[in-house]
Amino acid sequence: MSRRTALKALGATLGAAAFAQAIAPLTEWAADMSVDEYLQKHYKELSPVDLAMVIARLEQRTKEETGVEVHIGDYRPQPGVKFGYALNLSICVGCRRCAQACHVENNHDRPSGNSYIRVLEMQKGSMDLAKGRVNYSGPVPNPEKFYLPVQCQQCDKPPCVSVCPVEATWKETDGIVVVDYNWCIGCRYCEAACPYHARRFNWKKPEIPAAEINPDQGYLSNRIRPQGVMEKCTFCLHRTRQGKLPACLEACPTGARVFGNLLDPESEIRWVLKNKRVFVLKEDVGTQPSFFYFFDE
Amino acid sequence: MNKAALRKQATSYRRFLWQAARDATEGSAWFYAWMILLTALALVGLHAWAVQMRDGLAVTGMNDHVSWGLYIANFTFMVGLAAGGVMMVIPAYLYHDHEMHDLTIVGELLAVAAIVMCICFVVVDMGRPERFWHMFPFVGRFNFPVSMLTWDVIVLNGYLALNLHICGYLLYKRFLGERPNPRWYVPFVYLSIFWAISIHTVTAFLYSGLGGRPLWNTALLAPRFLVTAFIAGPAFIIVVLFVLRRLGGVPVARRPLEILVNVVRVTLLINLLMVVSELFTELYGGGARTASGHYLFFGLNGANALVPWIWTAVGMGVVSAVMFLRPGVVAHPVWLTVACALAFTGIWIEKGMGLIVPAFIPSSLHEIVEYFPSLVEWQVSAGIWAWGLLILTVALKIALPILREPHPEREKASHTVEAAPRADAKST
Ligand code: SF4
Ligand code: SF4
Repeated sequence: MSRRTALKALGATLGAAAFAQAIAPLTEWAADMSVDEYLQKHYKELSPVDLAMVIARLEQRTKEETGVEVHIGDYRPQPGVKFGYALNLSICVGCRRCAQACHVENNHDRPSGNSYIRVLEMQKGSMDLAKGRVNYSGPVPNPEKFYLPVQCQQCDKPPCVSVCPVEATWKETDGIVVVDYNWCIGCRYCEAACPYHARRFNWKKPEIPAAEINPDQGYLSNRIRPQGVMEKCTFCLHRTRQGKLPACLEACPTGARVFGNLLDPESEIRWVLKNKRVFVLKEDVGTQPSFFYFFDE
Repeated sequence: MNKAALRKQATSYRRFLWQAARDATEGSAWFYAWMILLTALALVGLHAWAVQMRDGLAVTGMNDHVSWGLYIANFTFMVGLAAGGVMMVIPAYLYHDHEMHDLTIVGELLAVAAIVMCICFVVVDMGRPERFWHMFPFVGRFNFPVSMLTWDVIVLNGYLALNLHICGYLLYKRFLGERPNPRWYVPFVYLSIFWAISIHTVTAFLYSGLGGRPLWNTALLAPRFLVTAFIAGPAFIIVVLFVLRRLGGVPVARRPLEILVNVVRVTLLINLLMVVSELFTELYGGGARTASGHYLFFGLNGANALVPWIWTAVGMGVVSAVMFLRPGVVAHPVWLTVACALAFTGIWIEKGMGLIVPAFIPSSLHEIVEYFPSLVEWQVSAGIWAWGLLILTVALKIALPILREPHPEREKASHTVEAAPRADAKST
């Protein structure tokens, strides 16, 4: 064997060893992933039996990891329902209880204090978002200000949905835009496309103390999300599709929030749309939100 | 074709691959040092990516405000490089300029390496890259034609296949000692030129179609992408040609160099004009829609992380534009290499971080959160660059015999610039 060949062989061996070392963390990552999970189909293609198995697996996994018994439901949109939300800016006091309620209800990551709702403290006399700020503190309401909570507007023309390369996010018949956490590839194109900063990415695995886990979960909503996928406000579909109200509405101390079925002429939301002068955020971007704001006279 | 002929084909193809592998791993001490350096960098990057996969993208500097960073910035830039290399082939075929033909292979090889890097940059940016099969038609759900990203996937992969075919065909024919049959590659070259423009335009549409991001919401985006591609591509190729001449014993004629230089001269100026018109719009117009532009060039409410970057890029653009104007610049390799490096780096900043990051600052709710790439991001990015250069080095090494081949046209021409000593060639 020539010296050159020997050197090459040595180089190749060293290279292979270094390669194995370099990818070692990948094996730790792959350790807790099953073949079933990997090959799971898109939500819309799962048969009822498939879905039941998927849900059982997820419940089992949560039990193993946290010791908590959770129930994950597959709540479907009801016929004749299209949800709408309206918010009275005259009486919102900026207490951020809605954001906090969302944090708890939707099993958000605790250390980051994540929530689907951001409350902006706005300058009176201006709708310029640039004059608003989110990190205000001290007693509220400040008489110089008004408060603008923003969450997913469940747009009728959602740019987030059209940009998704794999249809991991879509609009359901009741108007709610959902994400299949087991299908999303985590490209974050939708996050760049949303004009309302409504989407959140799981930069790491969410951490929630076992005692604080909300066990009433929906497959397309507040179940504990995996790492590396997108999530967003779902109008608490695990509640609202069962006739309950969204957690943020129940938490609001002033009654600024109005939620209901836009297709029901008798609903309170229809009354608001008819009798108040409502407006939507960033109407100019053409997203056609199902979320409305109004002021009392 | 009968069976025997097929078998013969297969054997010679295997011998071709074997020969290519030999060519790729034999070389001087310098060559080994270069390859070891690149391999080491690639491994560092691979490790950083493995850590990122395990711990999540939280190890990067990105967050829900600035949700794309260094990776997508590099991706955008690399698309330009991939396109720019091949678009240089236009003069060769348009004017039947035979001396430019050698450039074809260099440009196409550069395109292959650049596209591989593009794909790597997208993969490392994904939260769940193992789910890539969700994009495959039939088994997955490919949101075509609605999502621009699916268009990008198609054009990038198509472009890779095209260029692999052209390079592979030319190299294989040369190995067999046969003349390449133009029927089998010229149509593809034409197609790849057209395709180069499409990868760039589609990538620009990826951004400019997002109504919620005013910085990208400009019709100037796609033309600017093309112009910058015509700077970065030729600038890189000029340097590659110098390296090939010095270390590879490739006789580089003056004319292709001159054409490349002329292209860069013009595009650098056009790009500066575009920067100025953009600046004017930001300064003169004002209002919330121009906040990102303000942030980029002047800083916003005390946040100004990108200001030094962008002005460095503008400075590099101006200086390189002036340097390129020196008469007879092709006869001054050092000067020209510096000018190319400046132009290249300037575009890398401007069309990378300078284009992607400020679109997220301020965020869509006008919060100002700045972005600083983390060490992991730098490591992964450097690793991908090393990997791309590794591919390019190996590919050029295999293509050296073709490039060294005396060209009938070239023999006739008297203006060949100092062909490097052939003795040099043996040691590489
Ligand atoms: S607010 Fe954003 S996330 Fe919600 S539907 Fe509209 S674009 Fe999509
Ligand atoms: S992050 Fe997920 S939901 Fe969003 S565009 Fe990418 S794949 Fe679709």
